[in-house]
Amino acid sequence: MTDQTIIAIVAMAGAALTMALGAMGAAIGESRIGAAAMDALARQPDEASSITRTLFVSLAMVESTAIFCLVIALILLFANPFTGTPGG
Amino acid sequence: MDLRIFGDPVLFDMGPVPVTETMVTSTAVTVALTGMAAFLGHTVRSRPQHWLSVVAYLVVESFDNLVEEIVGRRHTIVATLAGSLFLFIAGCNIAGQLPGVHPATGSLATTSALAVVVFLRVPIAGIRTNGVWGYVKHYFRPNPLLMPLHVLSELSRTLALAVRLFGNIMSGHLIVALLVALAGFLVPTPIMALDLLIGFLQAYIFAILSTVYIGAAISAGEE
Repeated sequence: MTDQTIIAIVAMAGAALTMALGAMGAAIGESRIGAAAMDALARQPDEASSITRTLFVSLAMVESTAIFCLVIALILLFANPFTGTPGG
Repeated sequence: MDLRIFGDPVLFDMGPVPVTETMVTSTAVTVALTGMAAFLGHTVRSRPQHWLSVVAYLVVESFDNLVEEIVGRRHTIVATLAGSLFLFIAGCNIAGQLPGVHPATGSLATTSALAVVVFLRVPIAGIRTNGVWGYVKHYFRPNPLLMPLHVLSELSRTLALAVRLFGNIMSGHLIVALLVALAGFLVPTPIMALDLLIGFLQAYIFAILSTVYIGAAISAGEE
């Protein structure tokens, strides 16, 4: 097994692990946000517009951790600095 | 298969400056938005009762209300910035739905430039409202030991702003490209509709977050 093969295997495993763990954390966080927003909507239907706006903003901010994981996984796969093929 | 993640192909050279596809797309969006704004401004001045004028009033009014809710008072300059950011990002994301066009916001260079604009606008707004000392003082609150953390949070939120927009738009485009390659026609349509929604949502979030950051700088001296 050459060095390049080992690097490729480790990069793929690392990308898969990054995506799995990152998506898991973001999914748990987003489900909690959704549940809390539904609870707030049921208690105060008059505040629906304000709650919805805050809901979307917080969902996007939690989602961005999963997006960071995606970007890192894609860097590992397509623009890995150690494989000698820059730029993907 | 058109899988492009970090690269940006150079179309032609203009003197010493290489012109990339992203530059062409974002310039086209800018020209289209400026033309639309000039046309709407002309319509508002010449025919205030026309339905196009009403649409223009509604758009401007909604940005003004958004900024008023977040900053606490009407602030025309911040509303202009938030509206420009929203319209430009939404325009780029919609342009990415056209066949053969890569969205300009799907390039890390564009989103970093937008984030740097917000990063520079925050201290300018704070200093204009509170004076230099009034703004700098909030870095040393509640304790001067926390000053590095304040600076770090400003840098990291700028990075987050850039990478969030880039990652969302680029990944949406990538998923559509993969589906087109795997399944062909009609299967990617629902994902493209989702992409359209995500494009608007991310533009809205970018505008809201930049308004929140600038609003925090404006109210930094009022403690």
